[in-house]
Amino acid sequence: MSTHSHELKEAAVQVADSDFAIDRREHTLSSAVRDYWTRVRAGELGALPSVFGLVALILLFTVLRPETFLSERNIANLFVQAMSVTILALGLVFVLLLGEIDLSAGVTSGVCAAVMAKLMVETGQPWYVAVLAALVTGLVIGAAIGLLVAVVRIPSFVVTLALFLGLQGITLRLIGEGGTVPVRDDVIVALANDNMPIWLGWTLAVVCSAGFAASQLLRWRRQRARGLAGRPLGLVLAQIAVVAAALLFGTFLMGLDRAPSPLIVLNGVPWGVPVVAILVIVATFVLGRTVYGRHVYAVGGNAEAARRAGINVTAIRMSVFMIASTLAAVAGMVDASRLNSVTPDAGAGNVLLYAVGAAVIGGTSLFGGKGRAIDAVLGGLVVSVIANGLGLMGAQAYLNMLITGGVLLFAASIDALARRRRAAAGR
Amino acid sequence: MADKATPVLQLTGVNKSFGAVKVLHDVDFAVYPGQVTALVGDNGAGKSTLIKCIAGIHPVDSGQFFFEGRPVAIGGPREAAALGIEVVYQDLALADNLDIVQNMFLGRERTRGVVLDEASMEESARQTLSRLSVRTVKSVRQMVASLSGGQRQTVAIAKAVLWESKVVILDEPTAALGVAQTRQVLDLVRRLADTGHAVVLISHNMNDVFQVADRITALYLGRVAAHVERAAVTSTQVVELITAGRSGDLGLAPTTAENTL
Repeated sequence: MSTHSHELKEAAVQVADSDFAIDRREHTLSSAVRDYWTRVRAGELGALPSVFGLVALILLFTVLRPETFLSERNIANLFVQAMSVTILALGLVFVLLLGEIDLSAGVTSGVCAAVMAKLMVETGQPWYVAVLAALVTGLVIGAAIGLLVAVVRIPSFVVTLALFLGLQGITLRLIGEGGTVPVRDDVIVALANDNMPIWLGWTLAVVCSAGFAASQLLRWRRQRARGLAGRPLGLVLAQIAVVAAALLFGTFLMGLDRAPSPLIVLNGVPWGVPVVAILVIVATFVLGRTVYGRHVYAVGGNAEAARRAGINVTAIRMSVFMIASTLAAVAGMVDASRLNSVTPDAGAGNVLLYAVGAAVIGGTSLFGGKGRAIDAVLGGLVVSVIANGLGLMGAQAYLNMLITGGVLLFAASIDALARRRRAAAGR
Repeated sequence: MADKATPVLQLTGVNKSFGAVKVLHDVDFAVYPGQVTALVGDNGAGKSTLIKCIAGIHPVDSGQFFFEGRPVAIGGPREAAALGIEVVYQDLALADNLDIVQNMFLGRERTRGVVLDEASMEESARQTLSRLSVRTVKSVRQMVASLSGGQRQTVAIAKAVLWESKVVILDEPTAALGVAQTRQVLDLVRRLADTGHAVVLISHNMNDVFQVADRITALYLGRVAAHVERAAVTSTQVVELITAGRSGDLGLAPTTAENTL
């Protein structure tokens, strides 16, 4: 039997990549790496630009600011700064997958944070009521955008540009000119300012690594058992190793004492990190493993094909804006926690630019149909490293704006060029 | 196999107007299992309208539909699909950013609980492609963007076959293809009929029609000029039916043809 299957395999190789040859051929690590490289050259860049960018930026800032950039304190800061950008970018991934844009996501986060802060400070509501109200506010704003875009069919660019201005007015009205609403609730403040006990951080890191390994290995075994297209075991193991190493190393770094004075101990993973992790895991699951996620990709790739396949395109369009605005509410609350307050300009300025930049740098296409939840994390880290590094350099405000704008343009150019390569490689 | 004399789908006396413009006049049309029925006609002859009526996109003004002998009403695309009528449109309804399996199951994904059942979908997709002897696809997990025009057409056709369809309607499947790819698709059309499907092939290309069709229905300005067996006619006769509505003693009576103008 083994010789027979061996002959079959040989024959399959001889007919040169037809008749599902690739599915049947035994994948080795080297052939998988070759396939990957072919895909990269054909414009399927995946996580490559963001990982390269991250490494290059870390090296750059380490050389420029050797004492401060890689200090334990700064690394912890970096994670905390990256949280809200990542959550905002995560929501935008859904919108960008349809080739739409939500320019108002940043100010939506501001309005929702203001709602939360006002409820707690002025009416003395407990934190969970305030959080729920903020989430509902985000959902309602998203539904309004979705209605105008999907049902009335106004371009999302125009709808959200109008809301970008309008929602800033609402935040200003809620908080008052020059005002500030303090956020003092223990739970909310803890999100960005308190750390998990060391043992809990390690437990979560180990559980996450083990969970990831188990899901990848189970999938690999199922694909192999049923003769389906899959990746070689070596590649699966390598990916598990990289993810586990990143998680454990991050936990280790966060476990180091980073208190400015030797009298106190300040260490552990910030409470916001598991919040981001859960959101990213859920988004990955929804996009990759559910019918809804499949339909989001289909509408982003070819809305007409999706319509003919019986997919409710209008509902999908509405839903992505509702997801984006609800996640924006979460981002707003995380930011409010980090700053201990909400100001009238919360979520305005370059917040949205950072988030769009994060999604695009991470590998989500502005043209729709291509993107993953993890893009938000990778891109969010890149954007935060830039902002953090420039801050340490004491760069002037004008330079900061110039560089951030330039980085977004650069990422969008890579996206556009990669897309052209993909188009040329097809057919 | 079903009796070849019983059409799986039969239309009688179908009329359809868009406002003042009468597009279909008393059209009779029948398709048989295991046979390729070519639907030919010049631009504006009503081919697309007829197909859209069958697919449930346009409601007809009058006329009757029979599916496997029983009268049916097709009220929408979903009802057509439920009967087992699948249409492969000219501008292929595929999403470039999804792979072959994902495209074939688009809108009708299989799930286990809330999770997509990728394994079972991949197996079925591969079985369907194998059954149609599709030999040119490297991997069913290939993105559709990386496929050639002929392969895309193949996937679109396989998608239609996946659903236990009885009638498969192909709208100009070879229009944008090169010689070798046209060959592949025509072979596939033939195999489709050989596996028991009733195939409707809309085409402008007489070569294609004469290579694969068993029967030919020619439309001329919204009327059926003739139903003929392919073996009984020549290419020239069919071209005359398309352009003038008649050819010798075939086709519309001279007066009808004149009046229609």
